[in-house]
Amino acid sequence: MQTIAEYLPQHPFFGGLDESVVALLAGCAVNAHFHPGQHLFHEGEPADTFYVIRHGRVSLEVHPPAGPAVVVDSAHTDDVVGWSWLVPPYRWLFDARATDETSAIAFDGACLRGRCEADPAIGYALLQRVVQVMSNRLQSARVRLLDLYGVGA
Amino acid sequence: MTALTGRGARMQPPVDPFLPRPFVVRAHRQDTRDTYTLVLEPVDGVPMVFAAGQFTMMHAFGAGEAPISISGDPARADRLEHTIRNVGAVTKALVRAAPGAEVGIRGPFGTGWEVSSGGGGDVVFVAGGIGLAPLRPAILEVCAARARYGRVLLLYGARTPEDILFGDDLRRWSDEHDIDVQVTVDNGQHAWRGRVGLVTQLIARGGFDAANTLALVCGPEVMMRYAAMALADRGVPKPRLRLSMERNMKCGVGLCGHCQLREFFLCVDGPVLTYDVLEPLMSRAEL
Repeated sequence: MQTIAEYLPQHPFFGGLDESVVALLAGCAVNAHFHPGQHLFHEGEPADTFYVIRHGRVSLEVHPPAGPAVVVDSAHTDDVVGWSWLVPPYRWLFDARATDETSAIAFDGACLRGRCEADPAIGYALLQRVVQVMSNRLQSARVRLLDLYGVGA
Repeated sequence: MTALTGRGARMQPPVDPFLPRPFVVRAHRQDTRDTYTLVLEPVDGVPMVFAAGQFTMMHAFGAGEAPISISGDPARADRLEHTIRNVGAVTKALVRAAPGAEVGIRGPFGTGWEVSSGGGGDVVFVAGGIGLAPLRPAILEVCAARARYGRVLLLYGARTPEDILFGDDLRRWSDEHDIDVQVTVDNGQHAWRGRVGLVTQLIARGGFDAANTLALVCGPEVMMRYAAMALADRGVPKPRLRLSMERNMKCGVGLCGHCQLREFFLCVDGPVLTYDVLEPLMSRAEL
């Protein structure tokens, strides 16, 4: 298996960043593994981590007042999970649960924020990438709100 | 058959396009909660030759007529397959047609996918909901001559896991025909182990040579708009990006104007049109 330093430069999220910057960010990262059913995080808890999924599957879930959790999105190999570590008040807005054996790279959110504050150029580059993820998920949620495949759509 | 330039090549119209031919229902299958497939054979025994992507006007006697895409194998002109979603009075009567019942068929009408023009390159099918049904004949065409194509991807979005069409086909296409089948649903439950999300999200990560790809897209128009944008962003040439448009087809021969989209009568100029033609029309609410 590739080390974090070997893996990150090839990942699309980090594409276009200088090697030295990726290496700096890699200093905030550790490997993590989750078994099926194990949570990466729970809604309302402090959002202190940013995940890059190396292998596996993660369900992003919201719990309605009654009934089972609703899976609002899923993350798979090479996807990234979590942006609440970047936005005050740094609390998770949903649950993330591994549904397969899942390997991830877990970045310490406070460490990343520290790197961003120390070098605004790095902060801007990272923010651009996180906003792209947020934009894609927002667009996905908006279009799915239309219930395109429902009766009468 | 000529390659598409702007619009699909018009097919030869039937002898009398207004006269329904009687077909008998040979098989009836419920695919999902509200979607059924009918296998039909012509009562007169004369095969109905059609191109993948074409539609017919299906007549439920006593109820009316509705445009339905052909979902069967173009190589099997002796049997016509239609996959029908029960959404109104006519389709309700059609999906209730049991084996032995007769229905009327006019057509086939409209332009086809002309998937064979993608030979030598990669082919990407993007389907949303029941939009997989009109793509199925083109997929079967590719399966029948799989060696002629490079990478073949089917990116399919459904509302829920229960709404996934042609589950057996999806497995067979993946296992036996080396098609990269990726399915995503809008709403997943705990038991669903596949993807949850928008079908267009699959396009960015799909492994295909965009510049040498033929992309065929069918589904709700909003989904097709975003899918086409994503495919074009990936580098698929707009003339090689084909969409099946749905409007209120009535006459089937370009006379009544019910299916007009600006200068196009979709029953004859479509339903399959290329994105270079459709792009300026698709985000115009007036059209």
